[in-house]
Amino acid sequence: MMNAPLYAIPGAIASAAPASPSAAPPPARTVADVLARSQVESVLDELDRDLVGLAPVKTRLRDIAALLVIDTLRAQHGLASQAPSLHMCFTGNPGTGKTTVALRIAQILHRLGYVRQGHVVSVTRDDLVGQYIGHTAPKTKEVLKRAMGGVLFVDEAYYLYRPENERDYGQEAIEILLQVMENQRDDLVVILAGYRDRMDTFFQSNPGMSSRIAHHLDFPDYDAGELLQIADRMLAASHYRFDERAREAFQAYLRRRLLQPNFANARSVRNALDRARLRQASRLYAERDRALGRDDLCTLAASDILASRVFAIDTQDTTE
Amino acid sequence: MMTNPAGRITQGQFSFLPDLTDAEIARQVQYGLERGYAWSVEYTDDPHPRNTYWEMFGMPMFDLRDAAGVLAGLKECRKAFPSHYIRLMAFDASRGVETITMSFIVNRPPSEPGFAVVREEGPGRSMRYTVRGYAADRPEAERYGA
Repeated sequence: MMNAPLYAIPGAIASAAPASPSAAPPPARTVADVLARSQVESVLDELDRDLVGLAPVKTRLRDIAALLVIDTLRAQHGLASQAPSLHMCFTGNPGTGKTTVALRIAQILHRLGYVRQGHVVSVTRDDLVGQYIGHTAPKTKEVLKRAMGGVLFVDEAYYLYRPENERDYGQEAIEILLQVMENQRDDLVVILAGYRDRMDTFFQSNPGMSSRIAHHLDFPDYDAGELLQIADRMLAASHYRFDERAREAFQAYLRRRLLQPNFANARSVRNALDRARLRQASRLYAERDRALGRDDLCTLAASDILASRVFAIDTQDTTE
Repeated sequence: MMTNPAGRITQGQFSFLPDLTDAEIARQVQYGLERGYAWSVEYTDDPHPRNTYWEMFGMPMFDLRDAAGVLAGLKECRKAFPSHYIRLMAFDASRGVETITMSFIVNRPPSEPGFAVVREEGPGRSMRYTVRGYAADRPEAERYGA
């Protein structure tokens, strides 16, 4: 073979020293140093500010962030520890913020240097499992390659395993996923998400998957007060607001809606607000000759909300 | 390249340099990904200069963000073809380019016997030349050892 060259390849890494973080700036000594450099604090604060409720989830995220910060400090003292396994499982009812939190986690892990790129690849069964023999493995591998350096978010992961069909290709996808989760921890973080009860059955039939996931996070349902806060934020984000009576009306709406089946937390709130916007639009549309000011265009009135079907059902019930 | 004093085939980028390490390959790949190139892995055991199209190993990898994905593909290929030539190629899909912009060999057989010039006498005093690899005498997959 050839001898070591006397020239340097542009962009090449010195082969001996693993000189990545500690090279240029002086090593961080305190937690504050690491935090200042990674700016993870701002993401955590944003998480607190932007996401209503979800106390257990936020606590766990802070714990994980703390562990990664301390690991950074330990690494500078040569206290090597294996990279922690950060594969997670999010369980919770629809609309409790699983996808939103996954996006934030990717950001946090990226700032702490745990994942290199910090993007999220969101997939479902269709993206992983093929339709004929020999189709699944390349498909799953392609998705995994795309997710490398970031977070792979598998929504409704329990669909991967279909016990009723023993020739289902889902099992093959699970096996490839498991192998990568075990061997390439540094390269990607896998987050499985789904409804609580179905994920429990999924893990019972795939014990290997359950044991490779370190963090099982349960997303609680929102109560009426939290949902109202969420509604306020959604409206503010699209430059709308409730007037005083509309706010009360929406509270009443939430109380009734919570008792009905198929309530999907934040998602239902979003849909209700979208419908209220439609009603506001047609209310304003009907008044042909009125000059509409900024306030009129922004404000949702009580009548926009009280026209909802939820109130109608209720009055029917009482009359019967 | 017909003759080869170092006993190494020189095709594509970096081929006059010592072999790149995996970390160096990852840096090159990441550079390409950041410019939006799609990488693909190809292999062959017939590295004749006129053999432009090597065998594809899997599909070209579009929409990747991190070099780890490409290296995973490369490792699989090395496992399947340990003593073949393997190269990585970066395809630039942007309009007006739409072609390979980077290409370098990342795996070589342990010994590379090189090429011979074959001379063929034609009518009169004319002479025709061709190049053939010493290893090309043996059948495919047996050319550079197991």
